[in-house]
Parts: sequence; structure tokens; C-alpha cells
Amino acid sequence: MGLTESEWQAVWLTLQLACSATFLLLLFATPLAYWLARTRSWLKGPVSAVVALPLVLPPTVLGFYLLVAMGPSGFIGQLTQGLGLGSLAFSFEGLVIGSMIYSLPFVVQPIHNAIEAVGQRPLEVAATLGAGPVDRFFTVLLPQARAGFITAAVLGFAHTLGEFGVVLMIGGNIPEETRVLSVLIYDHVEALDYAGAHRLSGGLLLFSFLVLLALYAVQHRMAPQARADFRL
Amino acid sequence: MSTGTGLQARFELAFDSRFSLKVDLELPDRGISAIYGASGSGKTTLLRCIAGLHRSGGGFLKLNDTVWQNDRQFVPTHQRSLAYVFQEASLFSHLNVEGNLKFAWRRSRDKDSCYLQQVIGLMGIGPLLSRSTDALSGGERQRVAIARALLTRPGLLLLDEPLSALDAGRRQEILPYLERLHEEFSAPVLYVSHSLDEIARLADQLVVMEAGRIVANDALCAVLTRTDISLSQHDEAGVVLEARVLERDDDWHLVRVEFAGGSLWIRDNGDHLGKNLRIRVLARDVSLALDEPGASSIVNRLPAQVEAISETADSAMALVTLVLGETRILARLTRRSVHTLELQPGRAVWAQLKSVAVLR
Repeated sequence: MGLTESEWQAVWLTLQLACSATFLLLLFATPLAYWLARTRSWLKGPVSAVVALPLVLPPTVLGFYLLVAMGPSGFIGQLTQGLGLGSLAFSFEGLVIGSMIYSLPFVVQPIHNAIEAVGQRPLEVAATLGAGPVDRFFTVLLPQARAGFITAAVLGFAHTLGEFGVVLMIGGNIPEETRVLSVLIYDHVEALDYAGAHRLSGGLLLFSFLVLLALYAVQHRMAPQARADFRL
Repeated sequence: MSTGTGLQARFELAFDSRFSLKVDLELPDRGISAIYGASGSGKTTLLRCIAGLHRSGGGFLKLNDTVWQNDRQFVPTHQRSLAYVFQEASLFSHLNVEGNLKFAWRRSRDKDSCYLQQVIGLMGIGPLLSRSTDALSGGERQRVAIARALLTRPGLLLLDEPLSALDAGRRQEILPYLERLHEEFSAPVLYVSHSLDEIARLADQLVVMEAGRIVANDALCAVLTRTDISLSQHDEAGVVLEARVLERDDDWHLVRVEFAGGSLWIRDNGDHLGKNLRIRVLARDVSLALDEPGASSIVNRLPAQVEAISETADSAMALVTLVLGETRILARLTRRSVHTLELQPGRAVWAQLKSVAVLR
């Protein structure tokens, strides 16, 4: 099945977007998930609710508020303009931020569950054996919660691949900048190019299935408690 | 008071209206100090405070010359020269046995591979090194955990009921390793337990806790003869004697051992002459007679003097403290016997020991 040049561009852009968003999300979600797993603060409830919002809100709602915030008079827009970066709306960077917010619960929740499953005890043991906080994170928490981190990365990646509403709201449809696969499929359908839509949709369907299949295979090989991490 | 060596700890903390911990403790800088108490008496909390795993405001903690906690500073756990063996298996599941040991060894001050081999030998875990932690029995797991703790070369070793999760057979399997620890490890050990049997075998010093308070803290022998604490009400209450093998009777397979207050005939376990043994005499195994008993199946009869008679929670029984030379032992008698023998402090009696146990 041959893809046209603009379709290859969209595939490439989509992969770039999913990789960037997943990488940044792991960096951002790990401390957040750790905090959620450990805190006894009253803020835990409200913060958990905010993290889970993208699960229930229509992507268009998220996209709308992001568009307003990133616009010239929005607070993100003001900030980026103050830093000399211009507006993020209708840019690749804007899409990355939108994707991160959209996929946040899919990354935070598996890590949160995995950290909770590891519990406090292994970290206490490591401390009594002379391991400092950073040492404990990399040599005990990360290996013991690895199934959760793998699940988080895979879900974040796969979920970003398929995002549509947020992209359309804040990114528009600019070739090589914001025209990702899901938007291009929509274009094909609008133009009654069903063959093109089939090519891309079928590819995305197969890819997503294989990713999830691989995820379940990995989880199955890991410790039984790790399997509980994927409960969305 | 902060000039002494050993461990000094003062903690005061309240969890809720039902439990608070308030302790002021000084312990020697070597040997095994046991902390005994019913569950919920605060033993584990005390240990966690000492390890720095539980933070208490306004506490004070010092090991020899190093302050770990006072009003101005709180040294985090990983910077304290201590090791902690937890009650249940606490091996890292993502590492095998060797990985668990190396985790501790790599973080110790001097990475001496002779010491690594020595500890592996001491705990008898050489054949287990390449095993996964799931493939170990409960007893093996605790031996690996103790070895791992020793590998950090701790200045203080904390053991929180390391045997309580094991069945009786496994317990007997580990006790000899803990005794070796006693002989070969110079730093002080804090051993939390609610088993008088383990404590009688291992401890040099005994701290008794009740409801978050320390009610006794002294040498083991001294605490075991105190009748004013609930320890003496225990069915297993009794004393330990340090004794030395004096002579052997090959015909009857017995040896005579001498302690500071007399000598006893005990079963010959093959110990060489001059060997030091620790012997336990339970209060329920001691009976009294006013005159030297005649023919009797009881081998060990010793002249003694009544020092005190105390009530027990059981209204039928009394505890009699006896002095034999420099040694005190306890006898649990019915109150009727105390009455018919007209026992009172100062009275000379004969103590008959129905059974004595050699602990080590």
C-alpha cells in the first residue's frame, strides 16, 4: 500500500508528536504520580480529579480552553510572548502541550498504581542500607515499578497517536506543522477519498492493536501484581 | 549525661488518645539488648524512631559520639550507621540473593570482598547466591536479610522480631546463626521480640516495655528476677544462669556445671570441660522443701534462702525469690504451700529443680 508524500509527512509528524509528548509526560507525570501515591494532603482528591478530567471531557472542550489560553490574550500566550516565543496556537509545540494534557491520565494512573503497589517498605529497607533518595528512586522504585512505567509510556504514546479533537481545535490543519494522521483521515473522508481514509485508518488500527498486544504480553511476563497496573 | 558510650534515646510522641510513646533509654555499646513487650507496647515504633524511619519532634538520639537527632538536627536514615532487619521478608524482589547482598555491600564504607565472603559463610547462604528471592524458604530469607544488614558494617544492628513470621522449626534453624552473631559482631544489637525463649538465649541486656513506656532496663539476669513487672507473671517466667562445665560423669551421661551460687547436674551434650553455658530455670520447675529431701528422682537440690514472696495475678499462686550465693532464682508455688511451709523472708529452704534447659 503506497502512501502519498503528504500522507508520509502526516505519519512522520504524528510519530514525532507522540514521541515528544510521551517523553515529556513521563518526566512530568512521575513526580506527580509519586506525590499522589504518597501524600496524605487534602489536595490529593482535587488534584486526582483534575488529572482525570481529560478522561471524561470532550476533547473539543479541552482544545477550546487551550486555544483561548494559548491565544495572544490567554495566560499561556502572554507568557510565551513575554519570553519571545510567539503564540503556541497552530504550532507543533502547542500540539505537544495539548497532547500532554489530553494523555495525562493515561500516564499518571499506571505509574501511580505501580508506586502504590511497591509500597513504602522496599524504600525504607534501601534507606537502612545506606541508599539516599535519588539512589533509592533509580535502584529500587524504578525497577520495582517498571511494569507501570512501561504501561504508562505505551498508553501515552498510543493515545496521543489517535488524538483528533484537541489537535483540530488548537492545531488546525497545517501540513508539516500540525496535520497529523487523524486530521488527514478526516480530510480524506471530507473529500470522499475513502481509499485514502482506509489506508491510514487500517494502518492506525493495526498499529494500535499490535502496541496493545505487546503491552499485554509484557505485563503477562511480569510479576502478577504488576498486571493490576493497567486498569483504566 | 551525654558523655557515656552506647546508645542514648529520648522520644516522646503521641499517635492518638490511645497510644503514646515516651521513652528515655540508655543501652550499652556492645552485646545484644532485647526489647520485650506485648504487641502494641511500642517496641517497633521505638525501633523505627531509632532508625529515623519515624520522625518524632523534640527527640534526642546518640550512638557513642555521634548525635543522630536533637532539637537542631535530624540525620536521615541513609546517613546513620545502622542496619534494620524487618519482621517480614524484606528482600528486594527485583534482585536475586547475590544482588540483594551486593546492594548493601556496594554502599558500605570499605568494599572488602573478604568480609563479603565471611558474612556469607557466617549465615550459611553460599549455596543460595544465584537464587531468586521467591525461591527461598522463610528461614533462608531472614538469613539473607540478616547477612545483607551485616554487610553495611553497621554501628548498630536493629532486629524487629526477625523470627516471628517463622514456624518453630525454622526458628530453631536460625537461632544458632543469631548466636554466632553474638560472638562475632562487635557493634550493639537491638533485638525486638515477644518470645522469652529467644530472649533468654540471645540477650545480654533486657528492656521491658508496656503501653509505650519502659518499665525495666537492666542486665538480663537482673530483669528476669524482678517480680514487680508483668514479665514475672508469664507462664515461661524464669531466670538464666551463666555456668561453666566442671566435671563429666561418663557412666550416666551427665555433666556438672557450676554457677555463682552452686552447681547442677545436667545432661551431657558433649561440651568440653571449662565451656561456658547459659542455663535457664523456669519458676514453675522449682519446688521447695524445708529439710534436705531424702530419696527423690530430682537430681538438683540446692540450699537457698527465701528473699521475698510476691503475689501474682493468679490468686492461687505466689512467686518466691530465692538467693543461692550470688544468684537469685524464682519459684512459683501455690499460696497454700507458702502458707503450710510457713515461708517468709530469711527462711532457709532446699530448692529442687525439676528441669533445667541449656540454652547455649
